[in-house]
This record gives sequence, C-alpha cells and structure tokens, in this order.
Amino acid sequence: MLSRTADNLFWLARYMERADFLARLIEATQRLSTLPTAYGGTGSEWESTLNAAGALETYELAFDKVTEGDAIHFLAFDSKNPSSIRNCIELARTNARAVRTALTIEMWQSINTAWLELKRFETSLGAKGTIDRVELSRFLDFVKKTSLDFDGSANRTMLRNDAYWFSRLGLYVERVDTTARILDVKYHVLLPETEAVGGTIDYFQWTAILRAVSALTAYHWVYKGGVKPWLVADLLILRPEMPRSLHFCYDNIVRLLDAIARAYGRQGPSQRHARSVLSRLENASIKEIFETGLHEFLTGFIEDNDRLGSNIAEQYLID
Amino acid sequence: MANGRFFDEMKRPDGLTRAVYERVNRWLESAPPELLASRRSQAELMFRRIGITFAVYGEKDASERLIPFDIIPRVLGRSEWTRLEAGLVQRVKALNLFLADVYGAGEVIRAGVIPSDIVYRNPHFRPEMSGRRVPHDVYVQISGIDIVRIDEDDFYVLEDNARTPSGVSYMLENREVMMRLVPELFAEHRVAPVENYPDALLACLKSVSPRPAGNDPTTVLLTPGQFNSAYYEHSFLADKLGIELVEGRDLLVRDDIVYMRTTQGPQRVDVIYRRIDDEYLDPLAFRPDSALGVPGLMSAYLAGNVTLANAVGTGIADDKAVYTYMPEIIRFYLGEEPLLKNVPTWRCRDPESLKYVLDHLPELVVKEVNGSGGYGMLVGPHATRAEIDSFADKLKHDPAGFIAQPTLSLSTCPASFESGIGPRHVDLRPFVLSGADGVRVIPGGLTRVALKEGSLVVNSSQGGGTKDTWVIDDEQGPA
Repeated sequence: MLSRTADNLFWLARYMERADFLARLIEATQRLSTLPTAYGGTGSEWESTLNAAGALETYELAFDKVTEGDAIHFLAFDSKNPSSIRNCIELARTNARAVRTALTIEMWQSINTAWLELKRFETSLGAKGTIDRVELSRFLDFVKKTSLDFDGSANRTMLRNDAYWFSRLGLYVERVDTTARILDVKYHVLLPETEAVGGTIDYFQWTAILRAVSALTAYHWVYKGGVKPWLVADLLILRPEMPRSLHFCYDNIVRLLDAIARAYGRQGPSQRHARSVLSRLENASIKEIFETGLHEFLTGFIEDNDRLGSNIAEQYLID
Repeated sequence: MANGRFFDEMKRPDGLTRAVYERVNRWLESAPPELLASRRSQAELMFRRIGITFAVYGEKDASERLIPFDIIPRVLGRSEWTRLEAGLVQRVKALNLFLADVYGAGEVIRAGVIPSDIVYRNPHFRPEMSGRRVPHDVYVQISGIDIVRIDEDDFYVLEDNARTPSGVSYMLENREVMMRLVPELFAEHRVAPVENYPDALLACLKSVSPRPAGNDPTTVLLTPGQFNSAYYEHSFLADKLGIELVEGRDLLVRDDIVYMRTTQGPQRVDVIYRRIDDEYLDPLAFRPDSALGVPGLMSAYLAGNVTLANAVGTGIADDKAVYTYMPEIIRFYLGEEPLLKNVPTWRCRDPESLKYVLDHLPELVVKEVNGSGGYGMLVGPHATRAEIDSFADKLKHDPAGFIAQPTLSLSTCPASFESGIGPRHVDLRPFVLSGADGVRVIPGGLTRVALKEGSLVVNSSQGGGTKDTWVIDDEQGPA
C-alpha cells in the first residue's frame, strides 16, 4: 500500500485514541480537584494533568496561571493546543478524508459524524471562561463513545491486511504512550509499601489514575482487595491481561508488526526493537522496577516507545 | 426558436405517449402524488447519506453540495441508442486520429481541412508532444461527449470533452439509487446495465500499458487531492477499480521510470489515469509553481516508460474552435459522413460571422472559446437588452475569443416536483472508452436536467440536476 495511506491510517488511529484518553483524563481530574485537601486534594491537579497530556509547556506560553476553566478549555477546545480533543478529532478526520478508500464506510461515518457533532459542542462549550458542567460531561461522553464507535467499526468491518495492521499499530503506540505518561506524572504517589508515605491520603490519587485509564473495575477483579499503589503500577505496566498495560500493548504491537513483516516477507528494525521492549516487560517484576526507580523506568520506556515510532516511520511510512 | 415547441421525449405533440416511455407513463399516471413525494424524499435521503461523502470534500455546508436528482428515468430505446452509439464511436475514432496527426505528420493541416494557426497557436497544443507516439495511437482513453436532442431523429454534439471529463460517478450512483428506489419500474423494463463501467475502464487502461503484455500493469489514479471538487469521484473510481488513489507526492521518478512510494518501497507504475490538467502534471515541464504534479513525469512519459490517460495535449481536440471543424475532420480521416451533427457555429474571428452575430444576438447563444461550466456565455432569448448590449461590447473587444450558435431547442423529459410533473430540458453525457482493442460506449450516461422551468442551462453550478439514463430493449417482454 501507499506509504502515505499507511501514515494516514496510523495517525488517524493515534488521534482517536488520544482524544479518548484526554476525555478520561479530564473526567478523572475533575473528580480529584473537588476533594478537600485532607483527602489528597493538592490544588495542583490541573497542572499535573496538563503535564500528563504533554501540554503544560504550550499552556504556560498562553496563560499565567493554571485554573480549572482554562485548563479544561485548553485540553478540550483550544485550537492553539495541537493535541486538544477538538484538534485530535479534526486531524483524525483530515487523515480519514485523505485515505477515504482505505476506510470502510462505517469507519468513515463514525469519524465524519463525530466531526459534525463536534461543531455543535464547540458552539455550546467553546467559549472560554465558564464551564457548563452538565454539557461538559455530555461532551466527554460523546468523545469516549466516538472512539468506541470508531474502534468497533474498524474491528468489525476492516479487512485483515496491512491497512488494518497499521491502523491498530497507531492505536497501541498511542495508548502505551499515554499509560506510561500518566504513570510517570503520578509516580510520586505510587511509591511502594515499604516507603509507607502518605497513608490512605493518596488513595484518591491512585483511583484517579485507574479511572483515567478506565481500569478501576479491572483492578478489583484482578487483585480482589483494596487499592495499593504498587499494584496499580503492576496492573498498568506488567499485567498482560489488562488492555491498557504496557505489556498488553506491546504484545499487540509485536503481533501486528510480525503480521506486516510476514506479509511483506521482510523483518526490520521496528520488529527487532519492539521485540526487545516486550521481552524487557516480560522479564520485569514490579519489585525490581521500584528498586531501580519507577520514574527512571518510565522515562526509559517512553524514550523506547518514541524510538519505535520513528523506526516505523522510517521503515514504512516515509519512503 | 425558444417559442415553446420542443421535442418532448415522452409525449408526442398529439398527446400520445412515445413507445419507449409507455411503461414510465403508465407508472406516473397510476402512482398517487404521495407515492412520488415519498420516493423523492427517499431519494434525497439516500443521496444525503452517500451525499455526506459527496459534500464534505467541497465547501463548508454539506447539504449545499448535493446535486439534485430527479426520480423519473430518462429513457432511450435500443434502436435510438444504437444510432447514437455508432455516432459516438465514429466521433471518438476521429478525435484520436486527429490527435495522432496533429502531433505527427500534420496531414489534416497540409490538406487545408483546418487552418494551421487554430492548431499550432492554440494554448492547448503541446509542442512537447510533437513527433511522439503514444501506445496504440490512443490519446483519448476516456471521453465524455455532450449530446443534445432536438427531434425524433437528430442528435447534436454540443461539445467534446477529451481532457478529464467527470460525472461518471453520478451515472453509477444514480443507477444504484434508482434500483432501490423504484424496483417495480425496473421489473417492467429490460435496462442495459452500466455497472460494468469500472471493469471496462480498467481493461482499457491496462490495454495501453507501455510494457509488453504478460506482466500485469500497475495502474493508479492521480488526483489533485482532497480539496478538489471532484475528489469524491476520484476516490469512488479508485475504489471501484481497485487501484491506488495517488497524489503527486506519492509518485517519484528515477531514471525516467515512475514509482509510487509504498510501505514495501518504491513500486513501478505503468499507467496513470490522471485527473489533473496538463499544466499541473510536472513542475519541470509546465507550471513550475505546481505542487500537485510529479517532477520528471513528462520526461518519463516522453521516454515511453509510462502511459498517461488521457494523453498530454488532448485539449486541442475539445477546443471550441476546433469543434467547428469536426464534420470535416471526420470526413477527412474516415471517409464517412458524420453520424452525429455539429451545432452550426459562427466563428466570431471571421469578420462576416461577427457582423451576423452582432446583428442577431437576441436569438443566439454566444460562448467563450475557452469557457466552461456555463459561465461567460450569453443566452440571447433569455437575456435583457442591457445584458445583450454589454455582451456586444465584450464581443467587439475580443472577437476571436467567442463562438456563437443558434439557441437549440433541447428536448424535454418529464421531471417530478412537489407541484406535479413537468417537462424539463435535458442533455446527455455518454462516456466513451478507447483502448488498444477499439472504442466502446457504456449504454447510458449522465443525463443533466435544467430543473428551473424553461431554463436551458443544465450545469449543476447553475441549478441543474441529474437523472438516471435507461437504454431499454425496444420490444419489452410482457408487463
């Protein structure tokens, strides 16, 4: 297939996944920021959220201080924020339009409908300053629904060939990046039991992380107990059955890259690199990770994942 | 001539129904108005659904870009079609021979059939093509010949579109919609299918591959991109043909060979169905500011390593000044009388014609030689005195830029509206394919209809709509 088509499919899926993540992140932060300080409210929730979204630097260029209203507007609707939800949906649609023939009708309709709907929300919510909380939660639901719809359409209607593989690859590369980032921003509350700081105050922070990646219920099923910080890290980094975990995502990345390599009859740097990242995840234990430093581990992982992105681009997307 | 006596394709002047329309007429007479109304809104809905894709590639407001569709089919009998088809095949054969000649020996000019300045000083003439051959001498693989009808017997060619004619996606979509919309009417007719057009087109494109038979030629469709108004058609066709839809930046030229950039590295391209005008094909050969084209493409083309369909330089064949010579051109190459008529045309560059035209503006249609889309033209009988006067000034200023034709009494077909059924003027664009093994026409085409009562302008940019076009067997089975 055309490199440009593969590139468009890859980024289309990334943008949809990013929009979904941002919606969940905003929801979780809203919840957290209403807590009294005695329950772990720190007053800097929005700053750390902007950071997790990778948007703090651009935000600070435009605003003097972080307020909830500005932060939400910036993350959701600001066209100056390259990764705002609205920009993600618009970029997804631009990519979709350019590869109309590579998409199924269902996928196209899902994106196009979302884009039209977005215009409506921009009118009702796009103004800076005030937040209509009811309308905002409707908007965030809409974003989550859109990504489910797009995902489901892709899953149910796409031929299992390179177009499908590149699209799914985009989804997992993006998802694994967002999981790693949110863990890294919150790593200080995920210190292991032995360090016993903060006691239960951090409980709400941990659950906020789980909510942001829609894993709170999964946590209870897997660990069948109270929320423990190192187990939150274990769930999101190492559990192969958790669809947001680094391990799960890399399982899929390796599988997808192998499918491409088989179809094209050639392995390359992307396949080798992805396998080595996966094997490190497979062989790691949460104890070791905490011993060597969670922050160091996550920073290293994010770099590794970025490198995979450039490997894929060089090997397939730009010729 | 716009005096109210038009040839109606359904009703004869004596009020009887023409045979080919009998079943359509019966259906219209028996169908309650509510049924027609519900079909109309159903059609609108279906098109809006597909239409989302029609529309989004253009301007902001999606609904604005739907081209109106009329639910009553335009019907041609098999014998009428056979006559028309023979005329189209003849015409396109002549166009190809003419192009091979003007870029070759130039016999048509030496024989004095057509003045040399009309050809060689024409902005559409491409000197780069002189002395070059193209595979099988086929220049115009895809053409859309605009046809109008004025009576039972005569078809006139309004213009030849030999560059990048569009509209074929409407022909195909209209049929799909009609089959779901009026299945009962379909059941009563034997309608020649059009759905094989994409297969025929692909076969035609592959037949002119520059590489020897035996390897399966790689064919692509080259589009200016998603902001082009016909992008929907480009992606629609690429999809139906199962070929890659490429933009200029997806192609590269190395050692005069064209490749497309794929996830498996560069892949050689043999045939390019290009929907980009000559001027934008290659910034090294034509407009240097074109970002749409492929640097080096012309060089690869002239080296004979890739086929462009249509060929470079076919604009000379659908030029409005050359059009006026088409009957002579057909006689010259084929030694046959033209089967389709040319609309009699005054060339305003000729002083005597100019005088006649200026004296008769209220009854003539005056067109810019290089205009299209129904803009820049004067429809005399429908113009005000002031419009005519200001047009006369334009004409005196640049006579060579205009031609004039009598107002044709375009035939009418029934169309369905909220207010009832009424006759509206139509034209027809059949699509003609020329490949290594000859010329063929898909039975049908795109019927454009002027939806405004009395209007003769069928262009979609000026209130025109479309209809499905049926070619039916003359002898229908029992209903």
